Amino acid sequence: MANIMIRQAENGGLSFYLPKRDLEASIESIEFDTPEKWGGELKLDNGGSYYIDPIAKPPRLPISLRAKRLGAAED
Amino acid sequence: MSMTREQTEALISEVLEVYPEKAKKDRKKHLAANDTSLEQSKKCITSNRKSLPGVMTIRGCAYAGSKGVVWGPIKDMIHISHGPVGCGQYSRAGRRNYYVGTTGVNSFGTMNFTSDFQEKDIVFGGDKKLTKLIEEVEQLFPLHNGISVQSECPIGLIGDDIEAVSKKSAVVINKPIIPVRCEGFRGVSQSLGHHIANDAIRDWVLDKRDGQAYESTPYDVAIIGDYNIGGDAWATRVILEEMGLRVVAQWSGDGTLAEMMNTPKVKLNLLHCYRSMNYISRHMEEKYGIPYMEYNFFGPTKIIESIRKIAAFFDDSVKEKSEAVIARYQPMMDEIVAKYKPRLQGKKVMLYVGGLRPRHVIGAYEDLGMEVIGTGYEFAHNDDYDRTIKEMGDATLLYDDVTGFELEEFVKKIKPDLVGSGIKEKYIFQKMGIPLRQMHSWDYSGPYHGYDGFAIFARDMDIALSSPVWSKLTPPWKTAPASAEEKKAA
Repeated sequence: MANIMIRQAENGGLSFYLPKRDLEASIESIEFDTPEKWGGELKLDNGGSYYIDPIAKPPRLPISLRAKRLGAAED
Repeated sequence: MSMTREQTEALISEVLEVYPEKAKKDRKKHLAANDTSLEQSKKCITSNRKSLPGVMTIRGCAYAGSKGVVWGPIKDMIHISHGPVGCGQYSRAGRRNYYVGTTGVNSFGTMNFTSDFQEKDIVFGGDKKLTKLIEEVEQLFPLHNGISVQSECPIGLIGDDIEAVSKKSAVVINKPIIPVRCEGFRGVSQSLGHHIANDAIRDWVLDKRDGQAYESTPYDVAIIGDYNIGGDAWATRVILEEMGLRVVAQWSGDGTLAEMMNTPKVKLNLLHCYRSMNYISRHMEEKYGIPYMEYNFFGPTKIIESIRKIAAFFDDSVKEKSEAVIARYQPMMDEIVAKYKPRLQGKKVMLYVGGLRPRHVIGAYEDLGMEVIGTGYEFAHNDDYDRTIKEMGDATLLYDDVTGFELEEFVKKIKPDLVGSGIKEKYIFQKMGIPLRQMHSWDYSGPYHGYDGFAIFARDMDIALSSPVWSKLTPPWKTAPASAEEKKAA
């Protein structure tokens, strides 16, 4: 488990930040994106993927969450 | 005449030829020909990795990132270099972070405070010495507003508890004491030091005035990540104030502890050096809902772009004033460009600097008709190169954490008209006959930010390039024989 931060990117998408490794990436897809259920698997543009427990859609970004790593980015 | 992709790639492989197989493989990932079509830099360049043992890197350490960059310029605090004397002394006042104040009375920017570790402190621990040092500091410099304890390597190695000492002594002297765990061995470069320093500010400083009454205006902003090198932050502040904004805090050039504590009250954080202060900006965005935006105050084109981008966050009165600012300075800028562009047109520049300049100054060079043909960072991460790719021309050279050998070879082969780098490169290249301007310290000149800075920037580049010394590189006895014969005849 790692702390991550999700924020609104300037281009309208979501961006992913992993402070521990100073890793920045944009989120290509998010599994659930409805007002009641938001989260699930995050696919990153660097090839990595993370899982966050689905929550109600946060009213305001950025938000810090705990995430599980599913697949590491190829290095 | 810029190089084609094939030429650039050939140059990289040629330079890498001397390395052993393993080193070659590692270094190859850090060198690339720019491909402007890429969205992601990691497809062409690797960054933020450990430097290769045995090569000459010019990176710093975590202590350099924390004490030297982020904490050092906060003028009303005393920054104790906790550990052996050298780290503090050899980095003292080197970055020229200007400030207003009386040094030694209420400002301490250029002074060096150290616990001067000796063998017995390593053996028995330095906590007692630190307590005593803080008492002495309080007695000798009663007008300081706080202390930061910047750890050097031994502190982490011997396991001193600087947090406990700080908490205890802070009660005694009734001023904030901030322990910073920025031991030099942490991380691969100064970049982690920036992160650690930001986290220390977050944990020990930022929220200390939350809930206190504060008279705010809708136009409050903070300048984040401008270290006032040669007066840069002042040149920036002038523009922002003319736009009708109120600059509440300067992080951290000419900044104070109180300014930092007041920053959570601002409406917008203006982030200049993304690499060293994005951490605290992210935190403030999440906790206080303060948006941050990156801006670039190098060269009129980028300044105008940034002014409009900043004004877009505010109401029409700011937008009007911003246009007025742009209009007012335009004739001055036109005059500078008219004067220097003919002298500098077409000159080629190679850069190798730190956090933001390898991409931010490109616009300023282009305003003068110069072309940046190679650029690289000491300690950038992927996201910095993402931004750089778009600024640089196609097939130009990118180098990450370049080694002394590589940079020399690149310069020998590409033959730029000017190199922008640091003091360690300066005399090597100048002896090779290539002018160099230090882009870390502005070569003891500056400011280079803002409209006022551009005038100085243009003049300095002209001074470097047009100096008559470059025509005297060949000694008179080696000049063309034709002229010698003429002399004989005469």
